[in-house]
Amino acid sequence: MIQVEDLTKFYNDFCAVDRISLEIPKGEIMGLLGPNGAGKTTTLRMLTGYFKPTSGRIRIKDHDVDEQPVAVKGLIGYLPESAPLYPGMMVYDYLGYIADIRGLRGDAKAGRLRDLVERCGLHEIMHKTIGELSKGLKQRVGLAHAMMSDPEILILDEPTSGLDPNQIVEIRDIIRAIGQEKTVILSTHILSEAEATCDRIVIINKGRIVADDSTARLKSNAGATRQIGLSLQNADEADIRATLGALDVVAEVSTRPGADNDVMDITLACRHGSDPRAAIYAAVKQTDWILLTFVQQARDLESIFRELTKES
Amino acid sequence: MQQVVFILKKELQDFFISPIAYIVMAVFLLVTGWLFFSAFFIFDQADMRNFFNLLPMTFAFVVPAITMRLFAEELSTGSYETLLTLPVTFRDIILGKFLAGVAMVAALLVPTLFYPIFIGFMGELDWGPVIGGYVGALFMGAAFTGVGLFASALTRNQIIAFITGAVICFALTTIERMLFFVPGALLKIVSHLGASLHFQNIARGIVDSRDLIYFISVAFLGLYAAHLVMQEKK
Repeated sequence: MIQVEDLTKFYNDFCAVDRISLEIPKGEIMGLLGPNGAGKTTTLRMLTGYFKPTSGRIRIKDHDVDEQPVAVKGLIGYLPESAPLYPGMMVYDYLGYIADIRGLRGDAKAGRLRDLVERCGLHEIMHKTIGELSKGLKQRVGLAHAMMSDPEILILDEPTSGLDPNQIVEIRDIIRAIGQEKTVILSTHILSEAEATCDRIVIINKGRIVADDSTARLKSNAGATRQIGLSLQNADEADIRATLGALDVVAEVSTRPGADNDVMDITLACRHGSDPRAAIYAAVKQTDWILLTFVQQARDLESIFRELTKES
Repeated sequence: MQQVVFILKKELQDFFISPIAYIVMAVFLLVTGWLFFSAFFIFDQADMRNFFNLLPMTFAFVVPAITMRLFAEELSTGSYETLLTLPVTFRDIILGKFLAGVAMVAALLVPTLFYPIFIGFMGELDWGPVIGGYVGALFMGAAFTGVGLFASALTRNQIIAFITGAVICFALTTIERMLFFVPGALLKIVSHLGASLHFQNIARGIVDSRDLIYFISVAFLGLYAAHLVMQEKK
């Protein structure tokens, strides 16, 4: 559906996007993740043909974005960051205008408008001026704008930023529903969001792809380390370090005082490979410490994200 | 071509729901009406020469006030991005906005038709120069709209767009009064660059293709420059 080859964008001397290559099949919800200034928006703007890449090629369904921009724009529904719509227009007029430009006429136009009002919950605001709307409502109008032509590809730049939790869930549901049959690309810096909606996650940092995998796989096996959390009573720090640090499977021991007296919270970073739990339990059993907690901490996206994007 | 019509329609709608339209119209009618009628009864002649003499100068300020928001507002609210990612070309956008500007100028002129009708009742009005004057006003308005559109594409600040546009239009209207400062070799070329001269030719009732081509060229240059500026922004 979408092929990106060696996409690069320079702003004067600053390299915002550095040789990104991607292949996005039909019907996938892809999350583009990265810290602020990583190049997410720039990448999306190049995909939509708003920005011209410095070098590299983008092909969308047999069309080259550079050579046939209008055909490509017809295939894509795009919601820019913070939904910049005409503040002076009424929602009804605005959506009508977009329908006209998107080539919907007569009954098709009326039907599509009715459908979108239903899906995006716009009943009560159709006759309000866009400038008067709250951020969440504006975002919904923006979503209706992007979905107007029932596009095959939907590109959303930070679709849930600034929304309250209820609205976030609503928008997520809408995105999930669309993702059943359409290709959706969304950018976000909120990890839980990508985790909740996307089939595949691409993490970029400083303009480069640092991870590209399905959400499930990224969470399960993506790194080298596994972490075990322990709470021990009756143990002192030096002993803990000596005993647990001596184990083969443990790479690093970090301790901090727990909530109660005498209690130590310990995080063990373990070496990749075999399951370290048995060895750790055996070691603890040898002592007179009281084991209060023993958890295997699943690597959440957050820690993966921090590892991949931290300053080096 | 259809896209041009939709953009034109949207711009007009936007213009007429904003207060700017009515403020600009009121100021224009007030200024032209006062300047015209204050001298009209003194000269006691049934013609509109006075009105058309002043028109280039008033247009130099009024037209940029109409066009200042056409691009600058889109750039400052960011809606430019939503516009450019719709299936439209640069040409559609520029033409749509240009035609909207010309339509607004025409709307501005409509209330002034009251003057010739009024004069027609008062005395023998020669309609030739009046019709010529309005045709010329439309062409001049189109030329200034092109210039204003270019100024608007340069910046996201409407005030800067207005001042830039007004300065260029003002320079075009006053250039023939500044010929004194121009070196002799360039005199002939520069004297043809003035908008007033070409407008007054048409307003005398002589519709010469050279004058029309002048206005069309200015409009085209403005639009082409706006096109280049837009391309640069990618």
